[in-house]
Amino acid sequence: MAEALLTLEGVHTHIGEYHILQGVDLVVPRGGITVLLGRNGAGKTTTLRTIMGLWKPSRGTVTFDGRAIGGTDTPTIAQGGIAYVPETMAVFADLTVEENMILAARQGPPDPARLDWIFGFFPAMKKFWQYPAGVLSGGQKQMLAISRAIIEKRTLILIDEPTKGLAPAIIESMIGAFAELKRDTTILLVEQNFRFAASLGDQVAVMDDGRVVHRGTMAGLSGDETLQTRLLGLSLDAHQ
Amino acid sequence: MLGAILSGDFPRSRVLTVVLLAIFVGLAITPFAIPGAAAINTAAKICYFIVLVVSYDLLLGYTGIVSFAHAMFFGIGGYGVGLSLYALGPTWPVILLGLAIGLVVAIVLALLIGLLSLRVKAIFFAMITLAVASAFAILATQFNEFTGGEDGRSFRVPEMLRPGYRLFDGEVFGTAITGRLLTYYLVFVSAVLLFLVALRIVNSPFGRVLQAIRENPMRAEALGYRVVYYRTMANCLAAAMAVCAGAMSALWLRYTGPDTTLSFAIMLDILLMVVIGGMGTMYGAVVGATLFIVAQNYLQRLMGIAAAATEGIPILPKLLHPDRWLLFLGVLFVLSVYFFPTGIIGKLRGSNKA
Repeated sequence: MAEALLTLEGVHTHIGEYHILQGVDLVVPRGGITVLLGRNGAGKTTTLRTIMGLWKPSRGTVTFDGRAIGGTDTPTIAQGGIAYVPETMAVFADLTVEENMILAARQGPPDPARLDWIFGFFPAMKKFWQYPAGVLSGGQKQMLAISRAIIEKRTLILIDEPTKGLAPAIIESMIGAFAELKRDTTILLVEQNFRFAASLGDQVAVMDDGRVVHRGTMAGLSGDETLQTRLLGLSLDAHQ
Repeated sequence: MLGAILSGDFPRSRVLTVVLLAIFVGLAITPFAIPGAAAINTAAKICYFIVLVVSYDLLLGYTGIVSFAHAMFFGIGGYGVGLSLYALGPTWPVILLGLAIGLVVAIVLALLIGLLSLRVKAIFFAMITLAVASAFAILATQFNEFTGGEDGRSFRVPEMLRPGYRLFDGEVFGTAITGRLLTYYLVFVSAVLLFLVALRIVNSPFGRVLQAIRENPMRAEALGYRVVYYRTMANCLAAAMAVCAGAMSALWLRYTGPDTTLSFAIMLDILLMVVIGGMGTMYGAVVGATLFIVAQNYLQRLMGIAAAATEGIPILPKLLHPDRWLLFLGVLFVLSVYFFPTGIIGKLRGSNKA
């Protein structure tokens, strides 16, 4: 396995009185896509939000690129090279697609070649460049949120259920985009769509009740129906 | 050229363009077009209120911060210039000194309020600004010897700005070029310049971040922007502009007192103007301020005429008595919020798009 880019050790996170993460141990190796699976309420989104500093871990360590980021504030974490795509189609609806993209380009105006590369995945972004993001469809908003995360080269991208509620055709184009993206960026992907996850993932971690209960390769999990049934309650076939 | 002056933010509606041009031309020619003190007083008030409302919109409309301390900053500008002129004599450097003192006091206060309270929820920030503004108003009236207390201070302005001053003998378009006229144009030109500065601010990358924060602070943080820093900066900028508006009002009125600058009634007026015009558009602030002040000044007169005309009919004359003008303004406000929930500008720009 490649060296670890992100490591969570015994991370506990409380949201108010609720004890959501109960000792998460997770290793995201540099390069490729690590998929975080698990049923609803297992703590996947909380894990991403804890990495991003949006929730502070009450115990445990988060190490990113050799630095402890457990107690760091969100802007510093973002500036350190982590981008976050939340599951709620998190675009700024009143701003245009262009303004949304420029906001995310922290190192000056966006590089035209990089933009063309993004337009190659998501042609709709070019088409609606001057439109307020609020008028985009759900799928287009999701594409914008992802485009925004990759407008500059990031070390790590956290993506929360990008396929949620999207049409199959859009999911197909997203698979193509992620397959290319993972060549030079590490991605931690939370996903419920097992087929999508299986076609892209290199590593996999399965969460349940605020803990990581299984870690291994994606190939290992998708080839082992008994393991799937035990961990996810359903086999790959049932998901299709 | 025009794009550069307006920072690329055009009115984007034909009706709005006409309305804005009418306001601009109207304010520019009022002293020559309409004789009498009432018109020029109204026009000057519109000018400095435009600056005040624009600066408040920077907070409320663009950054999503609800502050009740804006009238206080307006007052700091008014008192800064007014008390300086009163204490040190009517010269130009004293005006600049007063303005500088006002700016420093306001920015320090805005910075303190911002750093101490912009981390908390919006409602707490609003409450804190309310408390600070109330305390400041009380202080201003209590330091009687220094501020003139409830009565405020009348003061003299530099020779060139006094009513008795004549730039030259003779008249232009039948109007003598008095110091009063010069003061008006000082206020008018300052208002135009400050408006353009505000337009530049909201259309800059900084302004874009403010709008992102208004929409969702958490997302802005996740993109690497320090929300508290940007909110505090917006708070300071808005305060500085309000100080300028206060200074303009002091020069025009040659008086500064709690009722013209610090009172809660002014704060309410500012809020109403922003909401009527449309939040989050600088042009809305212009239209809102103009409409409101014209209504404030002429609605009473109109009602007086209506009351006289309906004499003899029961109830109606009492209802139309000029003292009831606030009731009608209230009705107008409710109607405008009902029919233009996004303000007049939102309506105009929206109908243009459809």
